[in-house]
Amino acid sequence: MDLATLAALNAERAARRAAVLVTPLAGGPVRLVRGGDDLAGDPLGPAIGEAFRSGRSATIATEAGEMFLTASLPPPRLVLIGAVHISQALAPIAAIAGFDTVVVDPRTAFATPERFAGVTLHAEWPEDVLPGLGLDPYTALAALTHDPKIDDFALTHALERGCFYVGALGSRKTHARRLERLTASPEALSRIEAPIGLDIGAVSPAEIAVSVIASVIAALRRRPA
Amino acid sequence: MTETGTVNSAVPASGVDVLALAESWRREGRGVALATVIETWGSAPRPVGSHLVIDADGNFEGSVSGGCVEGAVVAEAAEVIADGAPRVLEFGVADETAWRVGLSCGGRIRVHVAPVA
Repeated sequence: MDLATLAALNAERAARRAAVLVTPLAGGPVRLVRGGDDLAGDPLGPAIGEAFRSGRSATIATEAGEMFLTASLPPPRLVLIGAVHISQALAPIAAIAGFDTVVVDPRTAFATPERFAGVTLHAEWPEDVLPGLGLDPYTALAALTHDPKIDDFALTHALERGCFYVGALGSRKTHARRLERLTASPEALSRIEAPIGLDIGAVSPAEIAVSVIASVIAALRRRPA
Repeated sequence: MTETGTVNSAVPASGVDVLALAESWRREGRGVALATVIETWGSAPRPVGSHLVIDADGNFEGSVSGGCVEGAVVAEAAEVIADGAPRVLEFGVADETAWRVGLSCGGRIRVHVAPVA
């Protein structure tokens, strides 16, 4: 690989943008494909699309010889709005599942390092902290406070930034009222998962945490290419 | 069965960003080779897509096998840097009993070693 291609790949990685590197194993120029590039007419299009979707690197056989596809996807992140009981269980579960996890809650009584050891914690309002975090299509957001003053901005912001998963705690009735308050297109609002989490009959905060991470993983692994 | 790489295997557990290091070593003018796990069978210690970066003096960072074959890859990388031609190396276990005693390097891996020019 030449230095320019390596530098271009590293620039995509640093900016949290997806890229796929196509390397002919027998030698020859290495090709960088950026997320969003048009793959129509590319003989390797389906395999490259699969690499973007799955995040898996793989060796493929082609008419031009063996190629290695390096899938470079940003590490997935999970933003939790609310330093609540569910978040206390969800933060370590998400870390084990490979997510960089951030907790945001302006209520300093909840957002304490004692309750969230080893977790990135912002004891600030979502409108103050989220724009600086750079939410993107590799970020999931779960709003867990039940408090519209804290959750609402975070939800619309996550939809605007194209987060791959947006979920909100609350009953169907609560969510119906929420939809009346939020200003976004009906299509965007329909992306909010509420009630939050995979339906496994979860009751305790820890069980709800498991159902939420299951939904987040499903959204990550089944997202469109 | 071929195992597959993780979402972000460029950053190993050590926290060193191997691809960023490869770029900065090359910019310093060092001869650099990048080794990549391109295929695995069985209980390979590092997933497909894992990297090892090597310079012309034999300095290296990253991992393609958790320590089992790094020495051989580093030696081969010196030749890759010298002649500029990429190579595919294959490492395996000749002795079937290795599976039963659970050696961490059981299984087989293919490693691509190419210069950063």
